[in-house]
Amino acid sequence: MIRSEILQEIAPVLRDQLVICNIGIPSQELHAIDDQPTNFYMLGTMGLASSIGLGLALVQPKPVIVIDGDGSILTNLGTLPTIANNPAPNYILLVIDNGSYGSTGDQPTYAGRKTSLAGMARAAGCERVVECRAEETGDVLSRALEAGEATVIICKCESGNAKMPVINLDPVTIRDRFMRAAAAD
Amino acid sequence: MNIHQRITGDLVAAGIGFVTTVPCKQLAGVIEEVDRHPEILHVPSNKEDEGMGLCAGAWMGGRRSAIIMQNTALGVTINTLATLIQFYRMPLPMLISYRGEPGEPVACQVEMAVHTKALLAQLHIPAYHFHRQEEVEELPKVLDYTFMCSKPVAILTDASFWGGY
Repeated sequence: MIRSEILQEIAPVLRDQLVICNIGIPSQELHAIDDQPTNFYMLGTMGLASSIGLGLALVQPKPVIVIDGDGSILTNLGTLPTIANNPAPNYILLVIDNGSYGSTGDQPTYAGRKTSLAGMARAAGCERVVECRAEETGDVLSRALEAGEATVIICKCESGNAKMPVINLDPVTIRDRFMRAAAAD
Repeated sequence: MNIHQRITGDLVAAGIGFVTTVPCKQLAGVIEEVDRHPEILHVPSNKEDEGMGLCAGAWMGGRRSAIIMQNTALGVTINTLATLIQFYRMPLPMLISYRGEPGEPVACQVEMAVHTKALLAQLHIPAYHFHRQEEVEELPKVLDYTFMCSKPVAILTDASFWGGY
């Protein structure tokens, strides 16, 4: 399975949740599959999805799901100790680990070679770390929502991208509708 | 009330309830006060761009946020300032220790000091330079201004402001 197939499968689980989605093709895919005001699409700033999601989870009670990638986690590795040391029970970091920089031409990342992101998350102090196969993602994500405990999911999948259009929404529109959805009862 | 308590009190009075910090010797006192204050959630970050991501998330969750950092880190935040904070139009007070100004004992700090105001100007980031301690009186107004216009705003505090090393 590739990322877009996983997103397709977990879209019903994501629909009612606050979602921070990683830059580039992941956001384009999620936007095309199931655009929701509860989705915050990153149009730039590689690496910060996990940090934005953590800030959001720490200040309000709704569950926050971050859809991140292995390349973006490697760009902002300092995020793992910050997540571990500031646990937010409503925080789920779903790393779609396809071992490649998907948005730039599928160049290999170190996560696809010798480096284990699950091992790094554990070493950083994250207590609930689940490594799963692509096919298991929906179940693992649902269980993480039920657990009510900060969770890092490393989902190992194949490299590849779906051809989706660029997001034409204005960034302020994305942000404004997301904030209204986050504040709604 | 010392300067650290005063600055922290001004942050809280402006409605700021989430602060991220990357330490600097000049900022040690204010970071300690921020950490101690019951109305502020203090989340130290490992790098300033990470900290700006945390601030963006907290603000979208309904909590006013701020970052406390050193000017030497401005370089690592250029992309984040342009593509996250400015592009999505988010307010972000940046309380910055302005290292490398007169009174500075470490020559290397001057190398980023000479670029600090130029980088802020290039990014069209409003910048206020506090040189004398009484200039802290401007802080509440600068914070209100930041949330009024929804921009990143830099408050540069130099060695003279902090009373030397």
